Amino acid sequence: MVQKLDTLVETPSQTAGPYVHIGTIPTFAGNPGIYPEDLGLRAIEDGAAGEVITITGSVIDGTGWALRDAMIESWQADAAGKFPGQAGADAKVNGFCRFAAHKDTGEFTLRTVKPGKTPMRGGGFQAPHIALWIVARGINIGLQTRIYFEDEDNSADPLLSRIEQRNRVDTLIAKKTGDGQYRFDIRLQGDDETVFLDM
Amino acid sequence: MSDPIIPTDMGPLIPRNRAMHPAAYDIDYKTSVPRSPKWPLLSMESTPSEETGPRFGHSLIGPMDNNLIINFSKDANKPAIGERVLMHGRVLDENGRPVPNTLVEIWQANAGGRYRHIKDTYLAPLDPNFGGCGRTITDENGYYEFLTIRPGAYPWPNRGNEWRPMHIHISVFGHSFAQRLITQMYFEGDPLIDHCPIAATIKNRSQLDRLVSALDFSKSRPLDFLAYKFDIVLRGRRQTMFENKLEGM
Ligand SMILES: [Fe+2]
Repeated sequence: MVQKLDTLVETPSQTAGPYVHIGTIPTFAGNPGIYPEDLGLRAIEDGAAGEVITITGSVIDGTGWALRDAMIESWQADAAGKFPGQAGADAKVNGFCRFAAHKDTGEFTLRTVKPGKTPMRGGGFQAPHIALWIVARGINIGLQTRIYFEDEDNSADPLLSRIEQRNRVDTLIAKKTGDGQYRFDIRLQGDDETVFLDM
Repeated sequence: MSDPIIPTDMGPLIPRNRAMHPAAYDIDYKTSVPRSPKWPLLSMESTPSEETGPRFGHSLIGPMDNNLIINFSKDANKPAIGERVLMHGRVLDENGRPVPNTLVEIWQANAGGRYRHIKDTYLAPLDPNFGGCGRTITDENGYYEFLTIRPGAYPWPNRGNEWRPMHIHISVFGHSFAQRLITQMYFEGDPLIDHCPIAATIKNRSQLDRLVSALDFSKSRPLDFLAYKFDIVLRGRRQTMFENKLEGM
């Protein structure tokens, strides 16, 4: 026998199921009026500093079908690389946003400011990126990934540098499709499966 | 939207013990088959992107938000139909510390097992006075409460004859984006738990038992509601004296 550890074990995850919108974005589920507005409707308020961008994409399953029922959350720093709540952070940047795949097309859209690079513990910087968390029916534990940008210098990013198969790095990089417009598809499985994170 | 947080380095998140969670792929839960990543996850120590996260103030929460019996009708004389239940518990982290001031959201079917959702076409009727969602923020001790009705079991398409046990879906934020957790609360004594392929995605029986709320007479109110206790544990932060940080525990 050994001494008993007094740490607790994390509660296990269960799928968010097909009706996740009822609890997280009730207006989208067809139930307006319970709250004044859905949580996380906007990543930024008017007047946020930096370049306002729009990222469009889909969450695609192993058969190539875009999910109609995915719910995504994003979290990011402001244009100067400060997270909401940190000293000097841009008060117009909420940093957090919730958005759903469109019920007919599966497309999602995130409107935000492009984040700045962020300092690492122990020195160095991470390239500008947006953290994502994806839940849906059939996803047993929420999937973590990140959006990086093809028009930023990603060469010294510590996370991207750890990806052994360099051909997979591209799965984390949003493609510029126009002025302030990016495309970022998330592939759950199959060829070009997105790199998902355990952080 | 956010309350100020103290930008002290609280240490990296304790890496997730994935053996305590369901695997992505489970052949008995068919929808997981095409939606499960096949390549290994990229493991890395957390960074500020995972360690910070959205904070929501108590001002976000309306007085009826955690009372699902009346938060849809907005009228105490038009309560939801069903067995009245108090769901309560604490949010803690792996170090056993309470997680105060964190948002907890729930959603559920009505007493007949029907969700108020454009995609739910089950033949059980909607309850005109039940919306099926609620939210609250934990107090300084990590404690939360919801007053609701016991959801009905419902059938769903998977294998030939599949029924979900009575359950309430729960979403918890914690204070770090990578503490984010969605899970489901089951009810003590429900025989359907042992037949459910979604519950069975958790292979460790003692972990599954932790999703089964306990009937709790200490909080049950005579002639009013039964109580069920459901504690939630989120990931903790690693703090040792040998790490580069500004403050000790
Ligand atoms: Fe459900």
